[in-house]
Amino acid sequence: MLRARIIPCLLVHKKGLVKTTNFKNPKYVGDPINAVKIFNEKEVDELMVLDIDASNENRGPDFEMIKNLANECRMPFCYGGGVSTVEQAKKIISLGAEKVAISYAAIRNPQLLKDIGAAVGTQSVVVIIDVRKRSLLRGAGYEIFIKNGTESVKVKLSDFVKQLNEIGVGEIVIQSIDNDGVMGGYDLDLINLLRSITDIPLTVIGGAGSLNDIKELIEKYTIIGVAAGSLFVFKGKYKAVLINYPNREEKLALFNS
Amino acid sequence: MIGIINYGSGNIQAVANIYKRAGITFNIITKVEDFQGVEKLILPGVGAFDSTMEVLNTSGLREILDHYVLNEKKPVLGICVGMQIMSEGSEEGMQSGLGWIKGRVKKFDKTKLNQKPYIPHMGWNTIQPTGNFPLFDKLEQNLGFYFVHSYYFDTTFSDNILARTYYGDNFASSVYAQNILGVQFHPEKSHTNGIQLLLNFANHY
Repeated sequence: MLRARIIPCLLVHKKGLVKTTNFKNPKYVGDPINAVKIFNEKEVDELMVLDIDASNENRGPDFEMIKNLANECRMPFCYGGGVSTVEQAKKIISLGAEKVAISYAAIRNPQLLKDIGAAVGTQSVVVIIDVRKRSLLRGAGYEIFIKNGTESVKVKLSDFVKQLNEIGVGEIVIQSIDNDGVMGGYDLDLINLLRSITDIPLTVIGGAGSLNDIKELIEKYTIIGVAAGSLFVFKGKYKAVLINYPNREEKLALFNS
Repeated sequence: MIGIINYGSGNIQAVANIYKRAGITFNIITKVEDFQGVEKLILPGVGAFDSTMEVLNTSGLREILDHYVLNEKKPVLGICVGMQIMSEGSEEGMQSGLGWIKGRVKKFDKTKLNQKPYIPHMGWNTIQPTGNFPLFDKLEQNLGFYFVHSYYFDTTFSDNILARTYYGDNFASSVYAQNILGVQFHPEKSHTNGIQLLLNFANHY
């Protein structure tokens, strides 16, 4: 049987790894290459690395870093951050990443995804959508944000996802800014909404605080990408930095319930 | 020495890294002269059927590849699209395949899948070998392999199936014909099982 994917998501800031809370207060958690080596040993299903400075600094991806990470990865590797052209996407795939994630540029110009898909294969194109819950006063629902949650866009979430359905991409990563780093569980309403409006493989991130949160999603959706940041880099209630991941038995137990 | 055919896709380096760490000699093949001293071949694959066939057809590698595999019977392992091009053709494209194994490559039938997402078949899945084969020596079958594909090899003869995987229906996740082997999954991205399988190919064929 095809299994759900349990994916550590690492954030790169000033060449180091950080973990944020609600997209703010980046806390240094270590060196990227070193983290990949540890995740190799822990046999993670897949790894996502996002450069959170690139779009903010108006620059493209750091190819040297991507090459070094891809060379080290013994698992599928998804890179995101600052990708806005077909050439950049092609280069990232040729450096050995399996997937290239696009957020800002995809929201600005969804047609770009079609061109990137034609160049590197649709299955390698990932779209990351960062959302915040809208207050009831503002009409409830979800609002899409760009530039690390600092700027909202007018595009409606459901309209954007419908557009992605038509264009055809390999995966949608939906990220809850409200739940980022809080470790209080995933936003299930958000996941339900996304699952009901698209057939595209879905990965969710934002809120995982324990393996139980992951188990809950797998029981409910069976085939889903379950990503987490804090859960896999912090340990204990004081959030000591310790890279961790369920071992083989713990992982297989998450699927057999 | 193992020759890894280069079509310019990134997973070549991942295969090479595994052999490098294991101390197994390999050569990355981009032109006919690179075949010198090659005893086994790997056809990696990321990308589309047609673009992969076009690289083989226009680079001049096609003839020598056919000669090595069909006349000299050198062992060859195809990975993902590298396996699919061993067929006669694919629904994904217009180009003919290498035609080494009878059958065609088809798209997954969405109506047989009862749960979202439907396509691609992406993630970790297990394989069920159809017999005892050295390629699958010492694997931990419950851990499985990493797959990402929307098309599968529908072989004409079930004798050519080395392993099956279930996704809505059973499909051929590994194929063979004498010295020709193929896997639909990505051993170069499948941790210890993948490393073991690549070493099995290097040591047992």
